[in-house]
Amino acid sequence: MDIIAQLFAGLSLGSVLLLAALGLSLTFGQMGVINMAHGEFMMAGAYTAFVVQGVVGDAGVSLLLALPLGFVVGGLLGLLLEATLIHRMYRRPLDTLLVTWGVALVLQQVARDVFGAPNVDVRAPAWLSGAVEIGGLALPRTRLFILALAAVCVVALALALRATPLGRRIRAVVQNRDLAEASGISSRTTDRVTFFIGSGLAGIAGVALTLLGSIGPTLGTNYIVDAFLVVVAGGIGQVKGTVIAATALGLMQAFFEYSTTASVAKVLVFVAVVAFLQLRPQGLVSVRTRSLA
Amino acid sequence: MLELSGVTTGYGRTTVVHGVDLTVPDGALTAVLGHNGAGKTTLLRAVLGLLPLRAGAVLLNGADVTALAPHKRVRRGIAYVPQGQQSFGQLSARENLQVVADAYGRAGRRRTDEALDLFPALRDLLGRQAGLLSGGQRQQLAIARALVTGPRLLVLDEPVEGIQPNVVSEIYDAISALTSSGDLSVLLVEQHLGYAVEHAAEFAVLTSGRIAHRGQGGGPSAAADARKALAL
Ligand SMILES: Nc1ncnc2c1ncn2[C@@H]1O[C@H](COP(=O)(O)OP(=O)(O)O)[C@@H](O)[C@H]1O
Ligand SMILES: [Mg+2]
Repeated sequence: MDIIAQLFAGLSLGSVLLLAALGLSLTFGQMGVINMAHGEFMMAGAYTAFVVQGVVGDAGVSLLLALPLGFVVGGLLGLLLEATLIHRMYRRPLDTLLVTWGVALVLQQVARDVFGAPNVDVRAPAWLSGAVEIGGLALPRTRLFILALAAVCVVALALALRATPLGRRIRAVVQNRDLAEASGISSRTTDRVTFFIGSGLAGIAGVALTLLGSIGPTLGTNYIVDAFLVVVAGGIGQVKGTVIAATALGLMQAFFEYSTTASVAKVLVFVAVVAFLQLRPQGLVSVRTRSLA
Repeated sequence: MLELSGVTTGYGRTTVVHGVDLTVPDGALTAVLGHNGAGKTTLLRAVLGLLPLRAGAVLLNGADVTALAPHKRVRRGIAYVPQGQQSFGQLSARENLQVVADAYGRAGRRRTDEALDLFPALRDLLGRQAGLLSGGQRQQLAIARALVTGPRLLVLDEPVEGIQPNVVSEIYDAISALTSSGDLSVLLVEQHLGYAVEHAAEFAVLTSGRIAHRGQGGGPSAAADARKALAL
């Protein structure tokens, strides 16, 4: 029974990691840049849920409104960042890292100024309170909701990438930017749309996090490192790899936590990922082609 | 169709192409010949806008496109088949064509069909991942992809370099078929004389980034002139 409880805890944690990492994997893969403000886009999504609840009142309605709104808020912030800063630093990872880290700090301060430094709470709707009993095991409804939300996001993103014109353009630009341009595809427009979607997914992740506890200006900092571990371990820009890596990291964290403490578990997971990358620097899922292009 | 005047470009501190003047007339095949490293690819990248000019201008149908992004030049009728059989390797062959056709709606689908008629062997390979096709298949795919944009000028960079011999003739036959209608202009870059000098209305020899010789294609004297200019 314990094993199953741990399994659920791990999957649940994995689904949170997945929501945090999915958009990051997309933007990282597209631009080859590390967006440290991705966590703050999550924070913005979380505060979107807070604001919407302040306006709407009903926790259920506000959650359902906050999900698309959080996507738009995160997406617009991403678009703004891409258009003003990131596109100037295309393929300059170190500069981007520093600049977006600065942006992250600014966004945290803005949140502090607007909403105050103390954490705030967003009420979960009644239909998400309590737990579902399965074989004597209590599975919190909020956790189940997040699992389902992560699954929906993954499937929607995978389908969008695989079967829509936009998805084809995104994959083409990622693979060969010059060839895409020379084939009539605007790489700038594609970059912007990708950043909107990737950052929007961070917004959705933020809304989901309000179901798990109170939120504050530094919410994003708790997730950004883990999200990067997932992206790098999964193979950059690979949805499948991101899913596997998030699940694996969530499970590892849960099982290590069970046998040690949360912070030791974090260290162990980190070490495991670093060791794994020594063996397989390209990540779990990598690309097979005959030509480089 | 295309007019280059004083095109000068390069990488970092080095200038590779120096003041090239070149005209590709409507409906004609124009060739640029040159040894490895002469600057042919660099010149073509400048024509497409993938490399900024340091001096000079690129005119397309009389309009100055020097400041236009590559995808906008494509919209105005240039298509490019880069050196090295490039494809979107992780996309299927079908998606390689679709991703271009998407922007053109019904016309894109029609031109996809026409391009596949030109290279019927591709029809059986559409489901395959492009990166896993052979060099010759990828080159046919690259030409087909370029044609889906509905070009008035096709720019080809060493289209048969490194291609297995049985496919070489298929590719040259396709180029001949495309130019025979007279609707399509072609700018063909080659290291070798053969097809280019035989079929080009005009050709230019590029040496160290400068045009060292110009001639009329066809006829035995053309090949001799070109050979001399290339110091073969
Ligand atoms: N990306 C690049 N960066 C720096 N130099 C380059 C680059 N590409 C080509 N060159 C240099 O420019 C010159 C011309 O190259 P290229 O245009 O590829 O010649 P060609 O296509 O005629 O073989 C060569 O000396 C080559 O080393
Ligand atoms: Mg070349």
